[in-house]
Amino acid sequence: MAANEYDAIVVGSGISGGWAAKELAEKGLKVLMLERGKNIEHIKDYKNAFKETWDYPHRGRRTQEMIEDYPVLKRDYPLNEQTNGMWANEQHNPYVEKKRFDWFRGYHVGGRSLLWGRQSYRLNKEDFLANAKEGIAVDWPIRYEDLAPWYDYVERFAGINGSKNGLDVLPDGEFQKPMSLNCVEVDAAKRIQDTYKGSRHLIPARTANMTEAKPTEGRTACQYRNKCWLGCPFGAYFSTQSSTLPAAMKTGNLTVRPFSIVSEILYDKDKKRASGVAVIDAQTNESIEFKSKIIFVNASSFNSTWLLMNSATDVWEGGLGSSSGELGHNVMDHHFRLGASASVEGYLDKYTYGRRPSGFYIPRFRNWGDDKREYLRGFGYQGSASREGWQRNVAELGLGADLKNAVSEPGDWRIGMTAFGEMLPYHSNRIYLNHKVTDKWGLPVLEMDVELKNNEKLMRKDMTQDAVEMFEAAGFKNVKAYDSGYAPGQGIHEMGTARMGRDPKTSVLNARNQVWDALNVFVTDGACMTSGSCVNPSLTYMALTARAADFAVAELKKGNL
Amino acid sequence: MERRDLLKMIAAATGTALISRNVLAWDPTRASALKDTGYTSDDLGLINEIADTIIPRTDTPGAKDVNVAATMAIIVADCFTLEEQTLFNQGLQDIQQLAQKSHGKGFVQLTSQQRLDLLTPIDAKATSINKKRWQDKKLKAHPFTLIKQLVLFTFFTSKVGAMEVLRFVAVPGRYDGHFPYKKGDKAWAT
Repeated sequence: MAANEYDAIVVGSGISGGWAAKELAEKGLKVLMLERGKNIEHIKDYKNAFKETWDYPHRGRRTQEMIEDYPVLKRDYPLNEQTNGMWANEQHNPYVEKKRFDWFRGYHVGGRSLLWGRQSYRLNKEDFLANAKEGIAVDWPIRYEDLAPWYDYVERFAGINGSKNGLDVLPDGEFQKPMSLNCVEVDAAKRIQDTYKGSRHLIPARTANMTEAKPTEGRTACQYRNKCWLGCPFGAYFSTQSSTLPAAMKTGNLTVRPFSIVSEILYDKDKKRASGVAVIDAQTNESIEFKSKIIFVNASSFNSTWLLMNSATDVWEGGLGSSSGELGHNVMDHHFRLGASASVEGYLDKYTYGRRPSGFYIPRFRNWGDDKREYLRGFGYQGSASREGWQRNVAELGLGADLKNAVSEPGDWRIGMTAFGEMLPYHSNRIYLNHKVTDKWGLPVLEMDVELKNNEKLMRKDMTQDAVEMFEAAGFKNVKAYDSGYAPGQGIHEMGTARMGRDPKTSVLNARNQVWDALNVFVTDGACMTSGSCVNPSLTYMALTARAADFAVAELKKGNL
Repeated sequence: MERRDLLKMIAAATGTALISRNVLAWDPTRASALKDTGYTSDDLGLINEIADTIIPRTDTPGAKDVNVAATMAIIVADCFTLEEQTLFNQGLQDIQQLAQKSHGKGFVQLTSQQRLDLLTPIDAKATSINKKRWQDKKLKAHPFTLIKQLVLFTFFTSKVGAMEVLRFVAVPGRYDGHFPYKKGDKAWAT
């Protein structure tokens, strides 16, 4: 094989890219993984993993310099001292906001797998049917049953903790033992069960933090430090570094090339296949071409879409996959930042030990079963109960020893939860290339034109009202709704811009995540989502990727690709 | 000139976005050296005494014991907006002037009881303004609120605050959501 030739190229090294590399390499393919940013080595490069608050000069607070450097990131919580340097450089990598869009990117090996929320839920049967039943967008080309064995497969390997609850709305999986609910949450679960007669459920969150070690894979169970975003030296949560990358490297079939910006998929119009990719070395600006039989595009939803838009433009003006008229359209995220909080009476002889990197989950109950609302789809809640610490407002205690003694002890229990709602795929919510603005390497950038529409706005009323109602039903006091407002992108769940479908005229990808117009190109990150569900999407990307990789290798062997 | 003003001027003059530093993964943020924060050792002494009045030494260390002023100065210099910096400094000045007016000497020269008596009404005033701010978000915070909040933050995020005044376990190894508690047991630092 020539130096720049591989069986497969994987563009991107985040959650889905890591899975693609692992699956393809384990099946014997020579794989090249291209990552636009720097390398981060497992454990060795987790510089802050053992730092405590007092080890940071600003104790974790953002500096004015950081705020200048990150005009987008500063809009929400991800900009902080602990994760400084883990987010894409906004001066080198600009984008244009026709409407406000908060785009939080991780440009390094591992991508946002090092910075994710780790909540891991399966889509349910209805999620795959809803578009067709309701006449929204297009029908998914697959059903839950197509993906179920792949959910099993990725859950076992990634290490997902959770309880089996037997709920149709939130299918059970291959879980490690759950992280436990605390005393307040356990009682809240009982009261919600009683009040809603089994139609609403408060269960332990299911997250990609291991509760059972995998010694043969060098992974320890969670140590309850709640420092996942600093990289886990115990390998206890799923990231590319802790999980898929070591497995892929073990095969001897994987080459990882950081600082490699893939600028274009090279398209052979006679064969109607991609032949490789063009790369700009981010450090030297050198242009390089790599050839391969198949290409997995896992650059994160919007960047995968950008890459398609920037490819084969001599054949299709809008790029590879644009013949559908849907490339870049149907942007989805999960809208959130609203819910409720309350005070909890009692439990003063109880506290918590350990810092649990999760909490509880209340699966969707709206527009489920017999429930019918004036909007479509639904939402779930993530939350937790805890005793207040020194941060609480104790103004009445004034100054001095009384204040110090009071805040040195835990306060009352409080409980809070945040709703995450499904956003429908609207054709008019879209991203497209803006050639007038270019990045540091002279490449055109994305322009965002995305907004919440009526369905989401109606849903948001229920998202706070239902939270208040449930907390009141659970017996909590001073229940207060909150709505901090939401801008598209803040969910960091961008989806839908190269959707799967049954018809090349209305979808970019087929049922196997192949680009209709170039069957040896697979897109298996969030771009492929035909609808968004209301659950956190990463587990679904893992399952779709493993499924597509299995198919790709089988097709290669048959000589079909 | 403030670094930020300088950068804005350069940006305006060149008409281009600033090229930011190449930040590495989990890179330490740039922090001002204490001597560059603009606070003199007298200022730091004043801040420490105010802080120690808010969080005094009891059977556990107090704010002055952990030298909160050094960290506070860096946070004010690097993290606060200009407006917040002005407000913070105004608060220090007000306290100093009040000490001069009522006792004819600086705050640090007062006895600890005099300091507490002097700050208590200021704190009460700040608290009442904060209550009004819940209704009217446009109301400016009282300068003392900024000082008090930063003292609490800096003290309880310090190593001594976390380990000797509160409780801290670096690697808990397990989660217990029914952990026994009796009155007097310390809170966890995080």
